Amino acid sequence: MINLTIDGEAIAVEEGTTILEAARRLNVHIPTLCHHEDQAVKAVCRICVVEVEGQRLLPTACSMPVSEGMVVKTASPKVIKARKNIMELILARHPQDCLVCSKNGKCQLQKVARDLNMNRPNRYERDVRESRFDDSSPSIVRDMSKCILCGRCVEACTKGQGITVMAKENRGYGTAVVPPYGKKLVDTCCVNCGQCIQVCPVGALSIRDNTDEVYDQIAKGKHVVAQIAPSVRITLAESLGYAPGTVTTGKIIHAMRKIGFSKVFDSDFTADLTIMEEGNEFLNRLKNGGTLPMMTSCCPAWVKYCETYGYEQLSHLSSAKSPQQMFGAVIKTYYAKKAEIDPKNICSVSVMPCTAKKFECKRSEMCDSGYQDVDISITVEELAKMIRTAGIHFDDLEDQEFDSPFGLGSGAGQIFGTTGGVMEAALRTVYEVVTGETLPRLEFDQVRGTEGIREAEIDLNGMKVRVAVVHGLSNARKVLDEVKAGTSPYQFIEVMACEGGCIGGGGNAPKTRRILAERRRAIYEEDRSLPIRKSHENPYVQRLYEEYLGEPLGERSHKLLHTTYHSRRDLLR
Amino acid sequence: MEERQILLRNRGKINPRKASEYIATGGYEALKRALSMTGAEIIEELRLAGLRGRGGAGFPTFRKIQFAYDAPGDVKYIVCNADEGEPGTNKDRILLSCDPCAVFEGMAIVAKAVNAHVGFIYLRAEYAYLVPVLEQALESSREEHCLGNNIMGSGFDFDIKLRSGAGAYVCGEETALFESIEGKRGEPRFRPPFPGISGLFGKPTVLNNVETLANIAPIFRNGWEWYRTIGTDNSPGTKLFTVCGNVKRRGVFEFPMGINLKDLIYEVCGGMEEGRELLAVQTGGASGAIINASQIDMTLDIDQVSNSGGRLGCGTILVMDDRNCIIDIVRNNLEFFKDESCGKCTPCREGGTRLYQLICKIAEGRGSIRDIETIEDLAETMRLTALCGLGHSTAVPVTSSIQNFYSCYLRHIDREYCHVCSEEDDAV
Repeated sequence: MINLTIDGEAIAVEEGTTILEAARRLNVHIPTLCHHEDQAVKAVCRICVVEVEGQRLLPTACSMPVSEGMVVKTASPKVIKARKNIMELILARHPQDCLVCSKNGKCQLQKVARDLNMNRPNRYERDVRESRFDDSSPSIVRDMSKCILCGRCVEACTKGQGITVMAKENRGYGTAVVPPYGKKLVDTCCVNCGQCIQVCPVGALSIRDNTDEVYDQIAKGKHVVAQIAPSVRITLAESLGYAPGTVTTGKIIHAMRKIGFSKVFDSDFTADLTIMEEGNEFLNRLKNGGTLPMMTSCCPAWVKYCETYGYEQLSHLSSAKSPQQMFGAVIKTYYAKKAEIDPKNICSVSVMPCTAKKFECKRSEMCDSGYQDVDISITVEELAKMIRTAGIHFDDLEDQEFDSPFGLGSGAGQIFGTTGGVMEAALRTVYEVVTGETLPRLEFDQVRGTEGIREAEIDLNGMKVRVAVVHGLSNARKVLDEVKAGTSPYQFIEVMACEGGCIGGGGNAPKTRRILAERRRAIYEEDRSLPIRKSHENPYVQRLYEEYLGEPLGERSHKLLHTTYHSRRDLLR
Repeated sequence: MEERQILLRNRGKINPRKASEYIATGGYEALKRALSMTGAEIIEELRLAGLRGRGGAGFPTFRKIQFAYDAPGDVKYIVCNADEGEPGTNKDRILLSCDPCAVFEGMAIVAKAVNAHVGFIYLRAEYAYLVPVLEQALESSREEHCLGNNIMGSGFDFDIKLRSGAGAYVCGEETALFESIEGKRGEPRFRPPFPGISGLFGKPTVLNNVETLANIAPIFRNGWEWYRTIGTDNSPGTKLFTVCGNVKRRGVFEFPMGINLKDLIYEVCGGMEEGRELLAVQTGGASGAIINASQIDMTLDIDQVSNSGGRLGCGTILVMDDRNCIIDIVRNNLEFFKDESCGKCTPCREGGTRLYQLICKIAEGRGSIRDIETIEDLAETMRLTALCGLGHSTAVPVTSSIQNFYSCYLRHIDREYCHVCSEEDDAV
């Protein structure tokens, strides 16, 4: 243990602890901008400087490990002056249009500036960072005039996802984080996962806002039908200020009805449908010598990644659509018929934890109902904004139930929201279909967890199936490389682009691994609490097949619930 | 005054491409001796010799080696910093072009001390024309069994590779240099960890300036006692001085540490041209302090220059006569630093340009006393909080000139006509 003094208080901490961490234990939160608890230490913004007795300079608390006998002052007049001077430099380049900024109220720069009491006029000429506003992407809006060059997005994209859509260009005062060769985001190999938005401390990277389109459709009197993804009930409350892992399914449904949605359905239902199709597709491939390993296709960021970097391995992707798109196809066909509404008067909205879903619903393949299957995809963060805008006091809202007939999902559908969930859901069904026996225990612990790549071997009546669960695209690359090389030891691979799966998606409130752990706990609890926990036991799914689709992989399900992919090799040029 | 040529002893006398000619002058004898010593003995010899880094900071060389020696790990690296980017400095170029084998020998001795087998010379991009000279000198040294596998039959292996960046000043900063060798954008890293523990490719690394390394072979050839007889107590040995600017005789000169600045300017370099008077001297390159004519009676060794608020740095002496204007000189310095900031940390990226904008304002007669206060305030913050040495010292020319040439600042603020600054304005 290392003994030191921080602001006059003695503390003993483990060797290797930084001053920042040690101070937090004494309830002193040193301001930070570039620091992110899950990322490498950067020490570039310099706002966390502190005074250490005997040191000539002011070291950064985020990078400086404690040492024996160290005497630290975290907020001496000298430190505060330096921090204010640094903040003044940052603000002199910043648009300061906080009132109309998408991050208003959630911006770290805003908070640090407020905490530093930046109440004096700036001594430098206002010179807003030059940048080309880029809203070319369906998912992500870039306004680099707000960028403070912390480098967090570059790390998220490079290390986490292994893509490097953005990197630093130029140097000195002209340094900028940009896609290569002056490209717009839409022309890059960006997979729209939004992990960069998750870590951006300011409004430089933000979620493309589609809420106005929803209001337009409501105003036009359209039959606005919403589906909410498995993770939305887990993460939405966080965007409204609740503790991570607070599940608010009933309140969300109630709030959405108040906002003006005609029907509120549960994507857990189509998650079950996905399992029926994907699970049977897998069994079919297994029995009839189809392409193996089969890789899941419910993550649109992963699908685009595979189309770009694995364009010759597309036959490995399951042809099953994602739950969002299955829902879209069923709503404008089966539901429209049943409810006797002309599908062209239906506006199908999805609420997703994901920015890539905005891209997915615009894919040209996704029009099997004869219309764009899902018209608008909004994120958890956008729905939270709509709830605020509507003035709804969420806290006191009574719980309401989903609308039928798509209001019932199984626990298997529910866990789609976490990494390992799709695999576990599939295994619950595949096992019982193949063996004809009831699973003694529903939890597949081998595929749960946080490891980037997890594997398991499942015994299906003597037939051994090796499966892998992958999250984060840099991990996916390793698995994809094995598939390319023909050395993949697996038969079935689940891939989620975002760390943690959908509960870590780019459309949620910013996450950390600690927050993710709470969300994961909540989603598995939700699974346990549901009366039906296997997709094939969902009575409404069974009825959908009986009344309309026929059977899994049948003609109608093939038309509505399956899709095709195409190479995006040209994006690599 | 006579030069004392230890580092430059072979200047113009041997073919730098041929190790055999270096050997004929006693070259690689020191390495032979070091090969029979243990790492601890080599470090002890350097400690006794009192050799200090010649790149700028004057850090004791043995301590740097000691860090890497003590660090765990089988793979360690030796790096020679030949990214001589300091404006007006040419000493490393002279050493590498006249007597490169002396630098290799120094690297090999340090390698033996820490048991490293690979060394890198990070050559300034603008010195690309030296690559063939260095490649041939390396090859002929290998042929003479002074580099490569089983050096001189000792069983010790060490070889040297050449690397270059794309011409960024900041790559002379040791950790940015590592990043550049690793193929990344040349940006400094935060410390700790220090290079001795985690340097190039994350391995313990000893990085030294060209001139520092060139000092090592003479120490081992002649013994530390001999080395101690040269220079001053705290800064033994000789120093290469690059004198540039408005003196009659410019160039790279070698003198024992402790030579007087006034003597160097007037006796060695012949003083100003006829009819000109000394205005100012900047020591240690563009990031050095600017002093006025009354302050030049100064002993040039590492500590004494520091004590007087300046920096001996790499030994560059820029002499300015009365045709110059200090504000213009400082503006020029700052223009350089704002362009060379890597952009990684806030104080240097933003502050460098702000200093430049403020000094331009003063030069153009639009400044006020408040701007001087802002400069001093910002300079202090940059010095205290920047990530690397570049940001720490960007403001040195401004703050030192405000101190030593305050009246010049006041004249510009009072909008008195300045022929230098005004000419620049006209040109713009």
